[in-house]
Amino acid sequence: MHQLGQVGLLLGLVLSAYGMTAAAVGARTRRPGLVESARLTAFAVLALMITVNGAMLVGLLTNDFSLRYVAGNSSTGTPTFFKVLSLWAADDGSLLLWNLILGGYLAAVAIRFRRDRPLTYPYALSVLFGVQLFYLILINGPARPFALLANPPLDGRGPSPLLQNHPLMAVHPPFLYLGFIGFTVPFAFGIAALLVGRSSDDWVSLIRRWTLVVWCFLTVGLVLGALWSYSVLGWGGYWAWDPVENVALLPWLVATAFLHSVMLQERRGMARMWNLVLVIGAFALMTFGTFLTRGSVLSSIHTFAESGVGPAYLAFLTLVLLGGFGLVAWRSSSLREPARLESVFSREAAIIGNNALLLSATAIILLGTVFPLVVEAWTGDQITVGAPYFKKAVAPVFLLLFVLVGTAPLLPWRATNRQRALRRLRYPTVAAALVAVGAAAAGVRQLETVAGLALATLVLVTNAQEITTGLVRGRRGGRRGALLRGRRRFSGLAVHVGLAIFAFGIIASSSFAQQTEVTLSSGQSAELDGYRLRYDGLTTDEQPQRTVLTSTVTVTSPGGEPHGVMRPALNLYPAASEPIGSPAIQRGVVWDLYASVIGLQDNGASATFRFYRNPGVNWLWLGGLVMALGGVSAAWPRRARPRRGRQPVSEREPQPEPESEPGTDLVDLGVS
Amino acid sequence: MSTAQRRLFLLAGVTALVLALAGFLATGVGKDHSIVASPLVGKQAPDFHLQGLDGSAASAVGLSDLRGQVVVLNFWASWCTECRIEQAVLDQTWQRFRDSGVVVLGVNFQDAPGDALDYVAAAGSTYPVVADTDSTTALAYGLRGVPETFVIDQAGQIVERMIGPVNAERLSSRISTLLAGGSR
Repeated sequence: MHQLGQVGLLLGLVLSAYGMTAAAVGARTRRPGLVESARLTAFAVLALMITVNGAMLVGLLTNDFSLRYVAGNSSTGTPTFFKVLSLWAADDGSLLLWNLILGGYLAAVAIRFRRDRPLTYPYALSVLFGVQLFYLILINGPARPFALLANPPLDGRGPSPLLQNHPLMAVHPPFLYLGFIGFTVPFAFGIAALLVGRSSDDWVSLIRRWTLVVWCFLTVGLVLGALWSYSVLGWGGYWAWDPVENVALLPWLVATAFLHSVMLQERRGMARMWNLVLVIGAFALMTFGTFLTRGSVLSSIHTFAESGVGPAYLAFLTLVLLGGFGLVAWRSSSLREPARLESVFSREAAIIGNNALLLSATAIILLGTVFPLVVEAWTGDQITVGAPYFKKAVAPVFLLLFVLVGTAPLLPWRATNRQRALRRLRYPTVAAALVAVGAAAAGVRQLETVAGLALATLVLVTNAQEITTGLVRGRRGGRRGALLRGRRRFSGLAVHVGLAIFAFGIIASSSFAQQTEVTLSSGQSAELDGYRLRYDGLTTDEQPQRTVLTSTVTVTSPGGEPHGVMRPALNLYPAASEPIGSPAIQRGVVWDLYASVIGLQDNGASATFRFYRNPGVNWLWLGGLVMALGGVSAAWPRRARPRRGRQPVSEREPQPEPESEPGTDLVDLGVS
Repeated sequence: MSTAQRRLFLLAGVTALVLALAGFLATGVGKDHSIVASPLVGKQAPDFHLQGLDGSAASAVGLSDLRGQVVVLNFWASWCTECRIEQAVLDQTWQRFRDSGVVVLGVNFQDAPGDALDYVAAAGSTYPVVADTDSTTALAYGLRGVPETFVIDQAGQIVERMIGPVNAERLSSRISTLLAGGSR
């Protein structure tokens, strides 16, 4: 397995170098044969990446402890399911998965453009190969997953206990990787568009579609990460503003900004340069994030131990920034277009506002994440920037953003018809005002919470109202395909509805949660929000890879009826110095009851618990799901496929721009 | 300004910004997170007197008996993979410096005696190893986990604490400085 892995990785590196060169040279010298050979190489690279991942998997499943990675991250007692997950439980192995997913995207591009050959395609292919080449250099050089141990142990150390404690580890990293790595494709086409340099827009809808797909993956990955944190870590929360969480959020914010501003270009021919900057920026932030967390620059719970890959990541980041923004600077004059903003109360203006706010949030979070680095470089002091900074600084930006999301979908393109917009804003405003008054009357005193609840209501009602009126009109007009034709608009509105649900979840859980920390002897009870929680002793379960100490907590509801039994546990792993908790959660539509053990005394005669009552946490998962589904629906290919002629996309007639009168705006019309 | 001039100007600006950022980030890359600030550094090393792995009185070692020599104190266990990675480095260090007043001393932590002896035999390490059977020494040194290595100077002061596998270059340069009479 060692040799198969090593050879496969080396061969992949050589082929990627070939693909990068052949695609670029073929495009420059107009030799389609050369480009075609590069395209086919993509499949070979994917096949090799599947092989090397398979080799590592075999090593893990057969307990081949002569491989350092297997010895360090698996053990004979590790359940098979978690042995498979060990593939991405540490730095070197996760780079294997990284290369596999990147190879998958490469092959996807190769399939997608088997007939269609826009001018940008060969250059984009070359850039994709280039990125793959970097990650293969990394895994052939500084990081060596297939390195051998001179003196193999009889048993391995097992995966990091935190990572073998919950099945969500099976899906959270792959989705996050699909999202992260996927930014390579829009980036590649962005660079290609700059290289080709024609001021044609053929790359726009292409990049938009890919970005949407990637955005969906990243949304799901982020939400799953929050769900994992909530279900495993036992602190009752789901987002800690940890550097790794932050750097995953940054490209998501920028991609969201792009998905809005791309409409300016599609409909009005505006913001060409700006859109390229966003696409390159999202990829650069992704690269920056990997550098920060894997290059052992910042410490966090996610940092992987020793890794000599920092300088390599830094060199790559520098290349991406220089190449990307250098090209933007080079082409800026030829892609310049006059700004034509007719009214402040137009969709265009709202989108510009959206971009300004999303990028402000990005800047605030980026600043907080790297600030410890700046301080340490300057004064040598080690500091951390905690959640209070992020909450205080980001909250107002998101509140303003909600004002936009709650009103902008009503604004027409170009011209203003203020009366119309105001009329359609009637119900949402009334609803928001009612919620604000209701919340204040119910005794909510924090201004941020009241404003947040009101604005989330505005977002919800506005967008839901637009969906329903659109549906009703479509039916009344006897246009059966109305929903499908306006799908892009409806998808966007659905994402906004998901965002509103998500926002309710965040506001409720961060404003109204209750918690208590108590030490209970067996038979004693604690009370939280009317619920009585009685500690009923401890059971011990010896499993091959760990010892599980499960406590029994019997719950009585405020009315006095029995309300089930909760079993929060502590897990002792031989390789971990501290026990790892498994919280118990009774999930409800509004309120979760959450219990975690944080310590045991006298062999379980008494135990220290933390109990939480968390409202709205499940709305986060629901909201995230709705957002992702909306994104999928927007990205889904239309039934009527575009012509598959030999004619390159760039030479197709430009699609007529639907003139937007406010009246027809509802059943718009994607130019997707 | 002509288009070409503007273009060059912009390019130069972007390049300068990116390079400044890269230079700044490079300061972070050079950092070695295995060297930890520890309140113990600069303090007298907690003394101990521990039995050898085989339990015989002849193989027992007391830290105070090693005063005047540089001591590389390495906490390890047979169940720890990183310990295997650093094993060769420790043995080379011992072979290289043993005649110049340096002692590499392994302290076995939370281990079954049989496993530990098997491990030493298989690895072929030659430096002395003692067993911290009740973990009191580990507690005194505030051990976070294994492997962890403390460098103690001739006067018995802790000069460095390394978490994770030791870095060969860093360890031998630190020893050389101490032998040459420098302390920090």
